[in-house]
Amino acid sequence: MARSVKKGPYVFHKLLKKINAANESNKKSVIKTWSRASMIIPDMVGHTIAVHNGKTFVPVFVTENMVGHKLGEFSLTRSFKGHSGNRK
Amino acid sequence: MARIAGVDLPRNKRGVIGLTYIYGVGRSRASEILEKAGIDENVKVQDWSDENVKFISKLLQDEYKVEGELRSEVQLNIKRLMDIACNRGLRHRKGLPVRGQRTKTNARTRKGKRKTVANKKKATK
Repeated sequence: MARSVKKGPYVFHKLLKKINAANESNKKSVIKTWSRASMIIPDMVGHTIAVHNGKTFVPVFVTENMVGHKLGEFSLTRSFKGHSGNRK
Repeated sequence: MARIAGVDLPRNKRGVIGLTYIYGVGRSRASEILEKAGIDENVKVQDWSDENVKFISKLLQDEYKVEGELRSEVQLNIKRLMDIACNRGLRHRKGLPVRGQRTKTNARTRKGKRKTVANKKKATK
């Protein structure tokens, strides 16, 4: 079920604070976060956010048409490289 | 001959069923359309008058997205997912199920016909 409109999109408050700070100071540094469930909001466009996948931080450069997705969708948690017999 | 939105409708089926042959029209939308047109659902497609057919074509053109237009919209949505490299897009690229289904077995609709791996070790009893 979709989240209620009244509450607005979910963004982890500490992440939101960092984004706002970065926007105010116009600095573009990589922001680390564990919050994969956070929605990508228009304020984040243009930033690079390092999203934890359980092991490492995957840098995600946020573009305009990513808005509305969750951060975790861009940081894969599984690394399947193929079966041993599939060498060509 | 009822030709609506570029599709030939089967003549000897009930109106509601006949309309579902159009891509983008299912049972509920078919009922909705027939109600607006003031045709009974059980009237067969061949018994529709020319005016009925005209009215329905116009309705479909003005208010609903069907056939080619709808198909291209769906394709665009999928393309967008692939372009932003999110998990759903990657699944589309690899031709695997997108909505979290299991892939250890089944998932044949997405994966296509079975590709047998040669020389698979047999289980020893």
